[in-house]
Amino acid sequence: MSWEPLLLTFKLALVTTVILLVLAIPLSYWLAYSRARFKPVVETLVSMPLVLPPTVLGFYFLVAFSPRNAFGGFLESQFGLQLIFSFPGLVLASVLYSLPFMVHPIQAGLSSLSPSLREASYLMGNSRFRTLRRILLPNIRPALLTGIVLSFAHTVGEFGVVLMIGGNIPGRTRVASIAIYDEVEALNYAAANVYSAILFIATFLILLLVYLVNGGYLKRFWR
Amino acid sequence: MISCTAQKDLNASGGGIQLRLDFDIPKGALVTLYGKSGAGKTSTLRILAGLLTPDSGRIRVGDTVWFDAAQRINLKPQQRRIGFVFQDYALFPNMTVQQNLEYGSGRRADRQLVDSLIDMVDLRGLEKRLPSTLSGGQKQRVALARALVQKPDILMLDEPLSALDSGIRAKLQEDILRVHREFGLTTILISHDLGEIYRLSDRVMHMEAGTITRETAADALFYDRQISGKFKFTGEVMRIEAADILFIVHVRIQNQIVKVVSRASEIEGLSIGDTVLVASKAFNPALYRLG
Repeated sequence: MSWEPLLLTFKLALVTTVILLVLAIPLSYWLAYSRARFKPVVETLVSMPLVLPPTVLGFYFLVAFSPRNAFGGFLESQFGLQLIFSFPGLVLASVLYSLPFMVHPIQAGLSSLSPSLREASYLMGNSRFRTLRRILLPNIRPALLTGIVLSFAHTVGEFGVVLMIGGNIPGRTRVASIAIYDEVEALNYAAANVYSAILFIATFLILLLVYLVNGGYLKRFWR
Repeated sequence: MISCTAQKDLNASGGGIQLRLDFDIPKGALVTLYGKSGAGKTSTLRILAGLLTPDSGRIRVGDTVWFDAAQRINLKPQQRRIGFVFQDYALFPNMTVQQNLEYGSGRRADRQLVDSLIDMVDLRGLEKRLPSTLSGGQKQRVALARALVQKPDILMLDEPLSALDSGIRAKLQEDILRVHREFGLTTILISHDLGEIYRLSDRVMHMEAGTITRETAADALFYDRQISGKFKFTGEVMRIEAADILFIVHVRIQNQIVKVVSRASEIEGLSIGDTVLVASKAFNPALYRLG
């Protein structure tokens, strides 16, 4: 048993969550307020990872990013990027795989705000960006927290996608969930148990924190 | 001077309505939009404020064109210099009273103006409170003050007092009148309350199914009922009781319940919740259905 898979897991979850937050805010904003006709298509695509088997996603990633195929070859020759069996590839796959867990809470939060808040801000001469930063985001803090934590926890719990695209390279793509599988295969139950217990406790604590904060049990947390 | 012609097809609740607007409002006037819910009053304000884009038409305020469908001019709400008091107040829940006002006055917060507004609407002592801790009347006053920090030319009030009880209403009506005069505003008010309209506004624009059907002086709302009685009160029917061959109608006038004896023919078509005019005709008060 080594700490490497656990550290890698939390590093992956952290990087993924940060990228997702940056990505999901504009996307959720658009989904919450746009009236574009093709919005249902985008909504569907965002939600797909919820129902699609992770292996499907992983399989298509594998095919798309393989250096033998056009797109993967292009990435490798032009940018020197190899996404398969590498940490950046894992991050990219995780971002897509956890996208709904970040987008849905933020989108729901924005939709639930009274439209007059936005309109009042505009009428006071404030730009859309300033309105988002000063009015909308501060008023959906519970939704932001939910999104951040769910994405983080979901990425920690990822298995299928990682296995397909990342494989099992120690220190690079061997995250905790893969390590558990590996140890069990090797009949090394004690090590599997340690990994599992740590993941179990960590995810329990993370989720507990969300419910405590959003349920108002830690009122002073949000002043 | 606001001059507005605008057309817009709306999908309002209970079927769509076609908004067909054509009106002028003189500078400095205090005008009320009056009409049933769903007549398009709020949409009219939203069109003027730039929150709703008309399909066609032209809006000119003073020498500036705010909207012209033909020339593709459409000023953003940010550029229109409008103070807007929303029906739900729309106070920013994450900001204190003071922050709500200062956010409105832009990056270079005009402390002096914010300060004088806080005094003007009697909010001294509440500056550090969050909106969720304020009463309805206090929220309303914050909303009114906040609408003024931009030093707007036009003030729009969407049923500003409908959720408040009558004592606070009277105080706020005074506030509205005072800021209207002191800031030299052109004010557009949406209201259902006849007393409020009479007290506040110069002119009343009657809206029906998306158009302004006529424009009258405020007191015409009361005087065009063609009644010669001396005592006249508007009220709401609370209960209708049968008593032998007569009926007793309980009418709420302000905070009082008045019992009015009526004949069967008088209460025909009258139902609970109707607005009625209670007028004394000779010795017997008589009921006239208003709407």
